Amino acid sequence: MYTFIARRLLSTIPVLLIVAVLVFLMLRLTPGDPAAILAGDAANAEQIAAIRAGLGLDRSIPVQFGIWFGNMLQGELGQSFFYKMQVTQLIGQRIEPTLALATLTILIAVLVSVPLGVVAAWRFGGWFDRALMGFSVMGFSVPVFVLAYILIWVLSLKLGWFPVQGYRRLADGFWPFLHHLILPAITLSVIYIALIARVTRASVLEALGEDYIRTARAKGLPEARVLVRHALANAAVPIITVIGIGVALLIGGVVVTESVYAIPGLGRLTVDAVLARDFPTIQAVILLFSFAYVLVNLLVDLSYVFFDPRIRY
Amino acid sequence: MNRKIVAAVLLAAAAGSALAQDKVLRVVPHSNLSILDPIWTTQYMARNHGYMIYDTLFGTDEKSRVQPQMVDKWTVSPDNRLWTFTLRDGLEFHDGKPVTGEDVVASIARWGKRDAMGQKLMTFVDRMDSPVPNTFRIFLREACGFVLEALGKPSSNVPFIMPKRVADTDAFKQIEEHIGSGPYVFKRDEFKPGDKAVYVKNAKYKPRKDKPSGTAGGKFVYVDRVEWNLALRDGQAQVNALAKGEIDVLERPAFESYEQLRKADGVLLVTKDPLGFQYMARFNHLHPPFNNPKIRQAALAAMQQEPFLRAQVGIKEFYKPCASMFTCGTPYGSAKGSDVQSKSNMKKAQEMLKASGYDGTPVVILKPTDLAAIQKLPDVAAQLLRQAGFKVDLQAMDWNTVVSRRAKKEPPSQGGWNIFLTAWVAPDIWNPLTNAAIGSQGEKSWFGWPTDDTIEKLRDQFARATDDAKKKALAEAIQVRAFEIGTHAPLGEYVNPLATRKNISGWVIGPGDIYWNVKKN
Repeated sequence: MYTFIARRLLSTIPVLLIVAVLVFLMLRLTPGDPAAILAGDAANAEQIAAIRAGLGLDRSIPVQFGIWFGNMLQGELGQSFFYKMQVTQLIGQRIEPTLALATLTILIAVLVSVPLGVVAAWRFGGWFDRALMGFSVMGFSVPVFVLAYILIWVLSLKLGWFPVQGYRRLADGFWPFLHHLILPAITLSVIYIALIARVTRASVLEALGEDYIRTARAKGLPEARVLVRHALANAAVPIITVIGIGVALLIGGVVVTESVYAIPGLGRLTVDAVLARDFPTIQAVILLFSFAYVLVNLLVDLSYVFFDPRIRY
Repeated sequence: MNRKIVAAVLLAAAAGSALAQDKVLRVVPHSNLSILDPIWTTQYMARNHGYMIYDTLFGTDEKSRVQPQMVDKWTVSPDNRLWTFTLRDGLEFHDGKPVTGEDVVASIARWGKRDAMGQKLMTFVDRMDSPVPNTFRIFLREACGFVLEALGKPSSNVPFIMPKRVADTDAFKQIEEHIGSGPYVFKRDEFKPGDKAVYVKNAKYKPRKDKPSGTAGGKFVYVDRVEWNLALRDGQAQVNALAKGEIDVLERPAFESYEQLRKADGVLLVTKDPLGFQYMARFNHLHPPFNNPKIRQAALAAMQQEPFLRAQVGIKEFYKPCASMFTCGTPYGSAKGSDVQSKSNMKKAQEMLKASGYDGTPVVILKPTDLAAIQKLPDVAAQLLRQAGFKVDLQAMDWNTVVSRRAKKEPPSQGGWNIFLTAWVAPDIWNPLTNAAIGSQGEKSWFGWPTDDTIEKLRDQFARATDDAKKKALAEAIQVRAFEIGTHAPLGEYVNPLATRKNISGWVIGPGDIYWNVKKN
């Protein structure tokens, strides 16, 4: 087990290296000059050139890469071109909202979708099953921003239950924190509810056809126990996999939701950095996302051991 | 009894909290604040940040007249070469240190290295000094006619006054300390880029007694705290937040939002900057086809202003055609020389293009897709130019790619360009020295790089002129020549009223986004 973990962690190093090199090269080779953006509208060519030199962007790409890579090996991710702040500090400011949103989203998604999927499988072909499948198709199809505007219009503007925008840190109190986060989390969770509910339904449906379920029922176990302890437990691996992928995607995929609800998270930071060609910030954030993706996948793989005793590492 | 005391305390606390909240002005500015040095960059958000925390020697009132601000009085020698300024009493930086002439001299020197008008002023300046703490002097090599206009310049780069130790920072490096003597104090510890910027009332600030007007007059502060919400940038979310009262001010709503904002309860539209903005199309003078003045003239003739304004702004009362390259309604606004554009039509444009020898070289137009304020202009330009007989290559990209690409001097086939379109705030273009698009020093000029000795000679004469009538005549002559060579095409003017909750009042009329004198009831 420990060997497996060590091997997987070591395998992240080449992955991150490849990501680092690719991102570095892509940023330098695509159009866009941070110096021109920093200089402002009325700047002339001389002013832009001076800023470019100040940022070290007048050096050759191999030299720039050498400097950046050397700094990265020392744990120095650089300073944002725009905010004159260490990128790590910038990420530190933005990570809480994204993690909070991702956590609440997944929590809502799992708590809602897994029971729905189990019931749909149990009542396969019935009205509930059909309704859930219909909801799933809708959940996949409706763009997040459309859903966000509808929810804001109904729950915030008409009913006044939630604020339309903004984020409160946990340090400001649990209720303000939760109050500002519920609507964005519901918005974002719909697609995951659809996804996880479908996978849960399919997995549980498959498990319900197994001999051990018939045996359990023949033994006279209550139906709820059959569903949860026998069917769901045996269907857990694909469900955990899809939840894990969902978590990984969420960390980098909250851009639209963060924009519509004005949540100052990592998604928004990434978009701003890309639009502003803030190379150090983009590089650091993408490395972070890659690392998070690898880590979540590792945790998912490890969790299989607990859900399926046949799996050994 | 104890319950009553607890209830009373809770009520008092709640009331106190509400009162404290009422003093917070929650603003959604027009863009993100990323750079905190208003001398290092020309970005308008840095300028607005500057107005919050710094003070200026002079201001410009709503009638575009320069008025003293930090300066109490000043004298000019008979030969107009020695300017002596006395600062008013009680000026203090946020750290409690008095503002001195030395701070002013260092601030002007740094600004003079970055700002175009400042650079021009510095060509006349022999030296500056501060003989006594509340006085500074500017010694000119020869007389020039824009000393006060330069020191009272209301838009980027504004000559803000900083402490000497800050102003001594290399002009090509950003400052690290953000201390001014202005009406608000910047809360550096609460600044979260992309999230919020916070300013608190400078209790020690002593405003002038005059009525606030533009960037001049008394800077009275009636709120305890101004919070700029930098995270709220989705247009519809901004409107929703204002309608629900979660924010107090929306600095620059999208034109599509005004109908909804007009219908929203408790929301008011305020045109606090009647001079507004001017759209323009810029030609690249370095490469075909616009290295030929006759072809630029044909394009000017095709670019009638009304279609641009109708498509981009759409609300009739918010826009007006303006034949002047300098802001209409200001001292140098004039229609002189504009006939090639203002009295033209498509048929004439087609004839001019035929006569120009145009060989069908495609015109590369840069179209920003993410900047709502100007994103429709390139489509209109493309259509009008096509109608005139041009072959057009409309290239879509994000605004920051436009910004990067327009700085490229390579031919369009190698990543360059022929036309880009933009908007300017009135003060940036209202005279021949601030109007970057008029400058014609070739590759030293603003993007597009026109070359014309006549314009440069006239601009030089304008800089030296001290008589208003002569300055006006020179400005007209410069404009006539600029239309002759087709430096750029002015595309009309518009206002972009701010939207605010009805309990917010006291807006100062004039250019810029400024937050003194604003009251929250």
